[in-house]
Amino acid sequence: MIKLPEPMEQIVFNLLKLANTRLPPDVGWALEAAAAWETNGRAAAQLGAILDNVKQAELLGRPMCQDTGIPVFYVRGEIPPSIREDISAGLARATAEIPLRPNTVDPLTRESRGDNLGAGMPVIHYFPEACGFTEVSVMLKGAGTENMARLGMLNPSEGVEGVKRFVAGVVLDAGGRPCPPGIVGVGIGGTADGCMAMAKEVTMSSGENPDPALKALEEELFVALNGSGLGPMGLGGDSTVLAVRIKAAHCHTASLPVAVNVGCWATRRASVRLSGGRAEYSQEASL
Amino acid sequence: MRVLRAPFDAAEARSLELGETVYLSGRIVTGRDEMHLRALRLSDRGEEVPECIRGSVLYHCGPIMARGADGWRAVAAGPTTSARMNGPGPEMIRRFGLRAIIGKGGMSREACDAMGGAGCVYLAAVGGTAVSLAASIQRVCGVEWADLGMAEAAWILDVDRMGPLTVAVDSSGDSLYEKVASSVKRLI
Repeated sequence: MIKLPEPMEQIVFNLLKLANTRLPPDVGWALEAAAAWETNGRAAAQLGAILDNVKQAELLGRPMCQDTGIPVFYVRGEIPPSIREDISAGLARATAEIPLRPNTVDPLTRESRGDNLGAGMPVIHYFPEACGFTEVSVMLKGAGTENMARLGMLNPSEGVEGVKRFVAGVVLDAGGRPCPPGIVGVGIGGTADGCMAMAKEVTMSSGENPDPALKALEEELFVALNGSGLGPMGLGGDSTVLAVRIKAAHCHTASLPVAVNVGCWATRRASVRLSGGRAEYSQEASL
Repeated sequence: MRVLRAPFDAAEARSLELGETVYLSGRIVTGRDEMHLRALRLSDRGEEVPECIRGSVLYHCGPIMARGADGWRAVAAGPTTSARMNGPGPEMIRRFGLRAIIGKGGMSREACDAMGGAGCVYLAAVGGTAVSLAASIQRVCGVEWADLGMAEAAWILDVDRMGPLTVAVDSSGDSLYEKVASSVKRLI
């Protein structure tokens, strides 16, 4: 059992507070860079308003966006048996106290419980590993971006050109709806469900892609999308995406799945590593 | 810096130019999917609809509100994706004579046409800037249909220099989103 400095419920609360009120540093820098190179006046003003908002949220300890999303949790390492209950309790308390918007509803009656829980909630992915620590990460997934998620079960003969066309098409057709400029997550291969899971997970990563072929593909898409002119909020400009991130997996010989799961300009994440009675919080990339 | 005073009349809406940046002070009301459906359903049955909706500036927003000792306060209140309201939007604009919609991402051609017919404009707020926009809310004047939940209720708000807002659909129905979309370069 991993020794904790405070109850897991409190750690989950702290994690949600951090993720909601502070933008990860790499996303912040990417926004600053976009504001610096933007040549369209209206777009530069929008990026300025975004950066202002990020600073105020951190200063006041308030959620930077009212869509505090569906939190998606990733638990890696030693998996404590009560983790599901602890995450649920921490999330319900964070909803009442930070506060977060109560977003979860019954899909058909649209009734809300008011605490961000309910059937199938919270969403938790487990990656068990015998490593002597537990790492809990959270991504806050708003509906503006999630509603633009698309899965393409391409014909293998469409190849890499087909993949590029699909990804660019999804991003440009989404227009201003997912609050660009954001981080474009792409999954290639795997199974239909696994492909979308990769596309979402990879928006949590940062730094260079270790696979040179995928890195080249990311760069090509980054340049093409930022040359599109769609711009911040779809109102025109040079900044359409902050990054393109791709993860791939082997797939069936008769399939070529490709999934796009976009993160908005406020791609929010935080993680905490628990070991030896200590909790280290971070907003660096994990997974 | 042009500051609009809400509510305003059709002549004021018609004076706004496509692409212009403005700020807004005065009375607005929030509404998302469920609020639109209820307003139209009640009006279909000839029942009363809250007065704050008629001729209003409608804000597509599901805020985070907190109740303190002296009433409600807005914690975070950025725009939501307006395209979700494309279905009931046009009828909402026509029937209640909306003067402006504040949102993000724009609306369908049918909704833009309804704006053109009614003398209504679409003001694009910067998506996600929820803390700055909440700071412009001076007073929460009331809430209608609280049973719809915090995000879907109709919150009546007094704002001071809310913005920046871009006139993204003008009162003739011209859309900046359509202009940008038609010039977007598909390099791949």
